[in-house]
Amino acid sequence: MSTEEQRLPVIDTPRAPAARRGAVARFFDSDLWYSFRSSRLVIVAAAITLLIVGAALLSPIIAPHDPYDLRALNLMDSDLPPAWVKGGDPRFLLGTDDQGRDILSTILYGTRSSIAISVLAVLLAIGIGVSLGLVAGYFGGIVDTIIMRIADVKLTFPAILVALLINGIAQTLFRGRLGGAEFWILVLSIGLSFWVQYARTVRGMTLVEKNKEYVQAARLIGMSRTAIMFKHVLPNVLSPVLVIGTINLALAIITEATLSFLGVGLPPTEPSLGTMIQIGNKYLFSGSWWMVAFPGITLAVLVLAVNLLGDWLRDALNPKLR
Amino acid sequence: MLAFTIRRLFEAAIVMLTVALLAFVLFRFVGDPINQMVGQDTSIAEREELRERLGLNDPVLVQFGRFIWNAARYDFGISYQVKRPVTSLIAERFPATFELAITAALFAILLGIPMGVYTGIHRDSWLSKLFLSVSLVGISLPTFLIGILLIYVFAVQLGVLPSFGRGEVVKIGGWTTGLLTASGLKALILPAITLGLFQMTLVTRLVRSQMLEVLRTDYIKFARARGLSDRAVNFGHALKNTLIPVITIIGLQLGAIIAFAIITETVFQWPGMGLMFIQAVQNADIPVMSAYLLLVAFLFVLINLIVDLLYVWIDPRVRIYGREA
Repeated sequence: MSTEEQRLPVIDTPRAPAARRGAVARFFDSDLWYSFRSSRLVIVAAAITLLIVGAALLSPIIAPHDPYDLRALNLMDSDLPPAWVKGGDPRFLLGTDDQGRDILSTILYGTRSSIAISVLAVLLAIGIGVSLGLVAGYFGGIVDTIIMRIADVKLTFPAILVALLINGIAQTLFRGRLGGAEFWILVLSIGLSFWVQYARTVRGMTLVEKNKEYVQAARLIGMSRTAIMFKHVLPNVLSPVLVIGTINLALAIITEATLSFLGVGLPPTEPSLGTMIQIGNKYLFSGSWWMVAFPGITLAVLVLAVNLLGDWLRDALNPKLR
Repeated sequence: MLAFTIRRLFEAAIVMLTVALLAFVLFRFVGDPINQMVGQDTSIAEREELRERLGLNDPVLVQFGRFIWNAARYDFGISYQVKRPVTSLIAERFPATFELAITAALFAILLGIPMGVYTGIHRDSWLSKLFLSVSLVGISLPTFLIGILLIYVFAVQLGVLPSFGRGEVVKIGGWTTGLLTASGLKALILPAITLGLFQMTLVTRLVRSQMLEVLRTDYIKFARARGLSDRAVNFGHALKNTLIPVITIIGLQLGAIIAFAIITETVFQWPGMGLMFIQAVQNADIPVMSAYLLLVAFLFVLINLIVDLLYVWIDPRVRIYGREA
């Protein structure tokens, strides 16, 4: 049968050449790319995001100092203002903190951990939320009721409180025996506090999609329910997930910084934007504004840029959501 | 309406039971309560005796029942850290958080609604664009950064407002208030703005989008055709119809304000429940953590319930749907 099929002549339809051009070319031809190109604000936001993420990823290479290397720290260098201010040291462009760490290098390393935690947390939330939403929407019945009830309870509480609580419990459970697990506890607590939105959106869309003809066709040819869910329904419900994911990324960055600022996130020795601001806050009254200002500006600009990208993506992918 | 109320009450009870179970598990199994209470040199026999006396050897279900019974009578045990009843700690801290949250909510509503109406009516004026840009910045700046910024400008640089504490407070019965003294009011300004700013941007954006939607409807066109003044159309017809979702969201946001108060209280060292909770988390003070969890859950569930019922009461369409369901 299959050999018969292979012997059939390939009919070259007019659409075939376009399809052959590849994914990259098609992307540059899309509405998405057009709406990206036509908004200057979005291009700037994307450029800033890329710049910050790129600099953070390359921090081990481009950072002038290594804030993790305790031997390189010198208390004589502590509390120095930025290089262009009187009393500044040209070795430390943005000044130093209370332990003599170079602010610029610490921001680079800190942004790297902040972004890593946020991205992993959002991926975790998407994983949990999308699977639960698909299952709830596709199977319906008692499974749906249970999952959605849990989501309702979860929705009663603001994400930051849930994250704080999960973090508190984990910190208590592993008191003194954490040894670097703070990173993963943060990922877990932020991820677990964000999944509901995905579950609700995906469930709603799955309810619509599962009655469409392509799903019926797939069922007719005897595909398993899992295969239909993940191979056919999933790709069709992903675009709002992408939008929520981008907006959530900004929220996750804020949440991570907030938890670290409150002293329940990363330990002070581990640079992150939140812990830097927490440390700097203590020295605000002694006039050392640079310890708070530079990590604060980095955080605000990063979140603003990601938010702008999220807004644009929402409008570009689905004008109805506006 | 009655059936709807009963169903909502039932759901609220289930939520509370779930949270109570969580708080109990936290209370009973996260860390050993005995280890937290006694010193290093307590003998094993003494520990066993304490364990027996506190009923920690009873079946878990009995313990859970006792936990709920105690919580229902407003008894959450004794704080590990300060060795005092948790309820008296909460009674001390609650007024501070309450006054802060209410002031912040008023700030958000009294500024947010006019800004939303203005940006909704005058879509393309430069002032609207300014409002919207400010609101985008308000959403993008984390609460604690706003607080630090305000402290730096008004406390460090200008030195006009205090940066921590509640100022002088007056005691009325069991309630301490900072609203009656000049220093108390001054101390309230920065924390209330910090806490309310995010909610204000939310209200602005919500009222704006609702106004845009309502202004497009036929009855607004009809009102204009009747020759009513702009003022009557915008405020009498349009604003009135935008308020239902706005009330819902503001009600629900009261819960968020209480949660975000944790951050604001930490930044300003405001002696409220949020600061108490953060200190409890840092010190593994489980009774305080579980009591806070239960109280906040109770507040959230109560607010949700009231908002749901209000909604039905205000909007007849929901009432009909509620009867059918």
